[in-house]
Amino acid sequence: MSDVLLEVKNLTRTFDVSLPWLNRVIERQDRQFLRAVDNVSFQIRRGETFALVGESGSGKSTIAKMVVGLLPASDGQILFDGQAMDVNSSAAMTQLRSRFQMIFQSPFASLNPRWRVRDVIAEPMKAFGTVDGKAAIDSRVDELLDLVGLGASDAGKFPHEFSGGQRQRIAIARALSSNPEFIVCDEPTSALDVSVQAQILNLMRDLQDELGLTYLFISHDLSVVRHMANRIGVLYLGALVETADGKELFKAPRHPYTRMLLEAVPDLEMTGKEHSVVKGEIPNPIDPPPGCTFHPRCEFVAERCRNDIPVPVPTPTGEAKCFAVEEGRI
Amino acid sequence: MEAIARALDSDLAYRFRRSPVAMVAALVVVLLIGSSVFAPFITSQNPFDPGSLNLMNGFSKPMEPNQFTGETFVLGTDDQGRDVFATILYGMRISLFVGFSAVIFAMVLGVTLGLISGYVGGRTDTLIMRIADIQLTFPAILVALLIFGVAKGITPPDRRDEVAIWVLIIAIGLSEWVQFARVVRGATLVEKGKEYVQAARLIGRSPVAIMVRHILPNTLSPVLVIATISLALAIIAEATLSFLGVGAPPTQPSLGTLIRIGQEFLFSGEWWILFFPAMTLLALALSVNLLGDWLRDALNPKLR
Amino acid sequence: MDDVLLSVRDLVVQFPTRGGILTALDGISFDIKRGEVLGVVGESGAGKSMTGAAIIGLIEPPGRIGGGQIHLGGERIDNLSMDDMRAIRGKRIAMVFQDPLTSLNPLFTIAEQLVETIQTHLNVSAREARDRAIALLDDVGIPAASRRIDDYPHQFSGGMRQRVVIALALAAEPDLVIADEPTTALDVSVQAQIIDVLKRLCSERGASVMLITHDMGVIAETADRVAVLYAGRLAEIGPVRDVIKDALHPYTHGLMGSIPTLAQEDDRLVQIPGAMPRLTDIPDGCAFNPRCDRVFDRCRVERPDPMPHGTRQVACWLYDEQQIKAAE
Ligand SMILES: Nc1ncnc2c1ncn2[C@@H]1O[C@H](COP(=O)(O)OP(=O)(O)OP(=O)(O)O)[C@@H](O)[C@H]1O
Ligand SMILES: Nc1ncnc2c1ncn2[C@@H]1O[C@H](COP(=O)(O)OP(=O)(O)O)[C@@H](O)[C@H]1O
Ligand code: SF4
Ligand code: SF4
Ligand SMILES: [Mg+2]
Ligand SMILES: [Mg+2]
Repeated sequence: MSDVLLEVKNLTRTFDVSLPWLNRVIERQDRQFLRAVDNVSFQIRRGETFALVGESGSGKSTIAKMVVGLLPASDGQILFDGQAMDVNSSAAMTQLRSRFQMIFQSPFASLNPRWRVRDVIAEPMKAFGTVDGKAAIDSRVDELLDLVGLGASDAGKFPHEFSGGQRQRIAIARALSSNPEFIVCDEPTSALDVSVQAQILNLMRDLQDELGLTYLFISHDLSVVRHMANRIGVLYLGALVETADGKELFKAPRHPYTRMLLEAVPDLEMTGKEHSVVKGEIPNPIDPPPGCTFHPRCEFVAERCRNDIPVPVPTPTGEAKCFAVEEGRI
Repeated sequence: MEAIARALDSDLAYRFRRSPVAMVAALVVVLLIGSSVFAPFITSQNPFDPGSLNLMNGFSKPMEPNQFTGETFVLGTDDQGRDVFATILYGMRISLFVGFSAVIFAMVLGVTLGLISGYVGGRTDTLIMRIADIQLTFPAILVALLIFGVAKGITPPDRRDEVAIWVLIIAIGLSEWVQFARVVRGATLVEKGKEYVQAARLIGRSPVAIMVRHILPNTLSPVLVIATISLALAIIAEATLSFLGVGAPPTQPSLGTLIRIGQEFLFSGEWWILFFPAMTLLALALSVNLLGDWLRDALNPKLR
Repeated sequence: MDDVLLSVRDLVVQFPTRGGILTALDGISFDIKRGEVLGVVGESGAGKSMTGAAIIGLIEPPGRIGGGQIHLGGERIDNLSMDDMRAIRGKRIAMVFQDPLTSLNPLFTIAEQLVETIQTHLNVSAREARDRAIALLDDVGIPAASRRIDDYPHQFSGGMRQRVVIALALAAEPDLVIADEPTTALDVSVQAQIIDVLKRLCSERGASVMLITHDMGVIAETADRVAVLYAGRLAEIGPVRDVIKDALHPYTHGLMGSIPTLAQEDDRLVQIPGAMPRLTDIPDGCAFNPRCDRVFDRCRVERPDPMPHGTRQVACWLYDEQQIKAAE
């Protein structure tokens, strides 16, 4: 059994965002493509939490959807436990599907409002046939509800009878019902209040310890990522600009964008540290800047950054895509 | 299901109690449907059974004893001596049967096509929606007349009366499905993007299972509204066709047929033969429509 | 004290509903001094936005102010007519909402909207208004303001739109700016910029700010004092540093512990059990008592009102003088 559970190699996804044909002709526009994910590679080891952070539009959800097979990749490969995920081969996919699951961002949209909690949680078991017989399924549902901190009496209720945090618990119970090894969590707490977020994050960590789960954890919140992840990948305009061990990334960020993100996090400790001013905004992804896409906002920018595309260079615990790092200027 | 029905019910019931219009409309609808369903227990005469008719009773005025037999008919009788009250109850049966069947037909067709169109998308969607557009450019009556003409051509004369009702149902149903398809397609597009559908796709549920088990239940409230409003439209469409003589045959007259028959006597002074069926049709269609309007507002508080 | 700009006393906001009267805000009192930034935090549904809406007289019917008083610069404003209130809104109190798109009219250029606002409230010529508008856009950090002022809102990014909204709010030189989650829809890097602009401009112009947010980090960076709301009631109010470093109220204490921070070495977050009650079933006594780890008998029967404690006010029986004496 290899140590690596999920391997993503050169994953790329472009979306066709062209206007309809007639409008293109009238407005004399070319076809337009948006590269939402650009040549992304990473590995997740068994039992660890790999986090992807990035601001909105950086491609986090697109990667999540490709990893679980909800969206085909334009290019690149996804290997789950050494096996290539092939959306087109249904036999191979059924085999793999039962081994991973996903937790979504919105606790309101992720549960079918017309289904009872029992049926919501039982659906994956029924789909994969992991548990047989109504009695066995019911008792497994009760067990799962208990595991996520709800009661067996909640099984007969409908989603609208629960608060956001409780619904997210139900979504977690559904994700666990087919006994997956790997769970993709796309901003699982962004829609929740901090006090509820704390409950859910604690629950997810407990479950990881208890069941030996591996997480791909996606968030825009660096503090949450800091709390959850062993390894972290930072996304900017669809590209992974830096990967590093969690501790290292926060102690010694390399990439100028990572530094900027860390700077921008409000200082709850009230240490009175001065923020260096954050420059600019994320450019339009349809028409990204040439060279290093971060160069218009970068304080370490050099001439070659404007034309050449940086390649990943090794750092103590990972790699960074930056000429300044390569040249030892950072 | 029942808990949701209960929740929906209690909320709906609350709005219902606060809407006098809805309550009156519902009362009228229940009375009319109830009396036509229980027609045999309400009147002794079956107007379609020639044996039970007495020609001597012809042209009795409402509430007045017949000059020959001395019998009194609340709403009078027609030329054949049929009790107008009884013909209305039995005629309403035909009207309602055709109305309900046509709506169910339109609903099944429209909901299915709407689901497929919204969920599958792409060319299938374009194709179905173009057909719907074409359908909309023909007025309902014209479609019905066309189908009627075709059906008339291909069925043997002695069976025409039998198939007439079914032709009516299909003709009216075909002119109503587009509403269902459009609304369901719209709702499907919204639901399809929601995460619970992605969760189902993730575990490999088939598109049919997702459409039927996940999406369909979440599109039903607008369908219910359209079904109610369509019922009113279908009843009127049926009456119109029957009035034009291409609908329910005289051997099985609907409210529309009764109105057509009745207008022949209007100028000779026997107004009641026309008046009472027409009033019944108006009351039925109006209250069903009001109920539909109320339901739309009640299920969709944001629209107000 | 004449340096108090806004004073809210025992504010009650109610909604008549099917199940009876629902009290969304229950006896909220606080002051905002001139030039001060007051942060208002609380969970979703705690009543943050409702407090802002009550102050500017924009509670949606059937909701209504069911008690209490609001004074702005010594003048009572909670019982003003719609017309009088409209004169205050925009001129003396301005609003910045979460979604910049809803505050900008997509059909008019930025220039048109700014000039109109300036001319409605200040007595200046169109020329002068436009110059002022450009200066304002410059101030909020729109690059090449004189060129971009004739653009439409959709030509701006989310962060730039929020800058424009802030410019719009400041256009009439208000005394008080109420900002309801001004950065919640924005990315962290943009959030930092917006907070910076808001803070700088308000202090330059001497405007007070009521900053509504669920993000303690934003409060820590921006506010002078903070009010913590829980289930429509005030739990604790005091200087930001005191509240963050050493929360008195058990709810605030739990809340602070539940926030993951960049510096955190400890693995587990503090977790407050349960969830905030619905407004329809707030428990007797202290609203927080079923979730409180320091609850005692009195909490279940008697409701604590905010009581002074050092620089702060705390609605918790632990800080009742008699209680403290008895404990000693
Ligand atoms: N129209 C209404 N009818 C009944 N209750 C309402 C209405 N509007 C708001 N409320 C209730 O008043 C309470 C306070 O709402 P408010 O919008 O102030 O919350 P908030 O603290 O701003 O939350 P959020 O962080 O979600 O914006 C909530 O419990 C809400 O459900
Ligand atoms: N179906 C789609 N069609 C066109 N563009 C898309 C589509 N899905 C995502 N995108 C674009 O891809 C980029 C990355 O999106 P996403 O992965 O959702 O970002 P994140 O989750 O990091 O906020 C964005 O610019 C977004 O607008
Ligand atoms: S490559 Fe150049 S522009 Fe890009 S992040 Fe590094 S230093 Fe900055
Ligand atoms: S009053 Fe009692 S229950 Fe309420 S916060 Fe204080 S100790 Fe806890
Ligand atoms: Mg996303
Ligand atoms: Mg709010």
